[in-house]
Amino acid sequence: MQNPVTPRTLYDKIWDDHVVKTLEDGTSLLYIDRHLLHEVTSPQAFESLRAAGRPVRRPDATMAVADHNVPTSDRSQPVEDPQSRLQIETLEANVKEFGVPYFPLRSRQQGIVHVVGPEQGVSLPGMTIVCGDSHTSTHGAFGSLAFGIGTSEVEHVLATQTLLQKRSKNMRVRVEGDVAPGVTAKDIMLSIIGRIGTAGGTGHVIEFAGSAIRKLDMAGRMTLCNMSIEAGARAGMVAPDETTFNYVKGRPFAPQGEAFEQAVAYWKTLATDEGAHFDEEVVLDAAEISPSVTWGTSPEDVLPITGTVPRPEDFADPAKAERIRRTLAYMGLEAGQKIAGTPVDVVFIGSCTNSRIEDLRAAAAVLKGRKVAEGVRAMVVPGSGLVRYAAEQEGLDKIFRDAGFEWREAGCSMCLGMNPDKLSAGQRSASTSNRNFEGRQGPDGRTHLCSPTMAAAAAVTGTLCDARDLLEPTMAEGAA
Amino acid sequence: MEKFTRLTSVAAALPQENVDTDQIIPARFLKTIQRTGLGKHLFAGQRYDAEGNENPDFVLNKPAYRKAGILITLDNLGCGSSREHAPWALLDFGIRCVIAPSFADIFYNNCFKNGILPIRLPREQCLALMEDASRGENARLTVDLEKQEIHRPDGEVISFEMDPFRRQVLLEGLDDVAQTLKNHEQSIREFEARPSRAWVPSTKQSGRPQSVIGAKGEQA
Ligand code: SF4
Repeated sequence: MQNPVTPRTLYDKIWDDHVVKTLEDGTSLLYIDRHLLHEVTSPQAFESLRAAGRPVRRPDATMAVADHNVPTSDRSQPVEDPQSRLQIETLEANVKEFGVPYFPLRSRQQGIVHVVGPEQGVSLPGMTIVCGDSHTSTHGAFGSLAFGIGTSEVEHVLATQTLLQKRSKNMRVRVEGDVAPGVTAKDIMLSIIGRIGTAGGTGHVIEFAGSAIRKLDMAGRMTLCNMSIEAGARAGMVAPDETTFNYVKGRPFAPQGEAFEQAVAYWKTLATDEGAHFDEEVVLDAAEISPSVTWGTSPEDVLPITGTVPRPEDFADPAKAERIRRTLAYMGLEAGQKIAGTPVDVVFIGSCTNSRIEDLRAAAAVLKGRKVAEGVRAMVVPGSGLVRYAAEQEGLDKIFRDAGFEWREAGCSMCLGMNPDKLSAGQRSASTSNRNFEGRQGPDGRTHLCSPTMAAAAAVTGTLCDARDLLEPTMAEGAA
Repeated sequence: MEKFTRLTSVAAALPQENVDTDQIIPARFLKTIQRTGLGKHLFAGQRYDAEGNENPDFVLNKPAYRKAGILITLDNLGCGSSREHAPWALLDFGIRCVIAPSFADIFYNNCFKNGILPIRLPREQCLALMEDASRGENARLTVDLEKQEIHRPDGEVISFEMDPFRRQVLLEGLDDVAQTLKNHEQSIREFEARPSRAWVPSTKQSGRPQSVIGAKGEQA
């Protein structure tokens, strides 16, 4: 424990409140409030638990859902792929045997674990939250410490509800001012990654702060924290405020009534103290952020949509020049070309980065009354069954379908190409997901990361383009 | 978990930065419920062509490196997904030690949990070891965890830093879970009983029907 008068960061406070014990070498045994499970990274952990004859210590702090390789087409049929089916059935058998709460595949609450946790109020401010999945950082949007772990650590948490951890360093990324119309949380985050690089946050937990962040809704904050891992950080977080409390209030698994008020009183104490120390600090001017898109195979290969693809010869470092040459070849782009106007084959709106109702609304605003360009396959994969349902209530599904989008069931889908939704070799996508690694969306597929607004615009024009040109004039002028 | 004390082996060099976990083991091979058998899919994207034939230019397909026990890369090894399938695939192939100037956090942790020793070395030293590795069978490296040393084939010794706790875990091949339960059960119980933790709700009790979440008109 630190001296109480020392100003502390949000991260420091949550850390301190969860240390069970600090060991001689400075490692801490950290208590875990929420453990989320999915089908891909949990089977081996349950298997070891069973082999050792150990129970799940706190099923009441655990929640499971299948998302990674579930089909997002017809749910009335059994899962076709035998291996995917086995993973899902294994999860179902495990949650039953160990008494872990679970949202079944055919329930409306099923969806991507990082959408479901917040939506259900399972993920709350001030908590430590882990999951065998790197994008667990998403939940940090609530002012929690949320990070991804490996399967051995999943087993450790199942058995002990703790993890052995070393304290990370504190980094603050402040985004100040107002973003221009048509610029979204995704553009802010891509710009941050473009600035600090994919290893920029290594060893750190990033706190996102500044007036532009405070103005974001929870969906935007989740987008931001989601991609902290693409900046190399252990976790990302945003201090909880009224926006957070309003979102959490009334969610099924959130504290209710009096208990909620008490929790809010505690959550309010978590914000970083004036004068707290950050090991690194980065400041961005929101006004300078443009709608952005990636051109390469690393999330740091970011350009404003008005930009041009780099030329290898502009880099003095031969290794860097070589990487750019190789990346251009993989992506099928010419050095120095404008990124706008690049034709796309597939548009994917989904993933734990951008599949919430707010994201679907943003995409639908562009698509209303328009059609998907000829030859483009466009799909929407809502983050959860509830998002899908809500969108249907609002008539968004009709806008998407009328435009020519496939309207699918919830899951990870083309974000990682584990289920049948994949790019084929050489195909190019505009994707609202978070990773553009080689082969991520299918072997030899080419991924351009962007916001839902930009992805929708790409669907309409059939090329990467500046979504602002398609937005309502009133919005482009900032009246909306 | 198998102990790691000392390893003498051929090293394979992959002189790339940001060797991510999607490269180490592409997602299409994650549909397993076991830890073993992933070695044949290690670096599948680079190791095999679209028909599944071996790409003869990829380092692990060259005769000298088919039994490599050490892998050397450039910065940010293991970035990307948290999949422990990455170290499982390395281990199943036979790699027990990975060397790079820097590692992504989760991958670095995952290595220790599987008896793989990850070593951080300055870039110049990694390049020097890659140079050794390029000599194939004739140039074996010895990694000694006890002494925290790497012995190059020319006799030069490079020492490396290692967290003492993690070193011990590897040296003894300890099972983390058993250790925690044995040493800390009492502390965990005391922590759970703290009054300040009373606000944390259960995931077993839903406060209200769930079908209405996210509908229009809801706050949020
Ligand atoms: S949507 Fe993509 S990034 Fe998110 S959890 Fe699923 S696979 Fe991982």
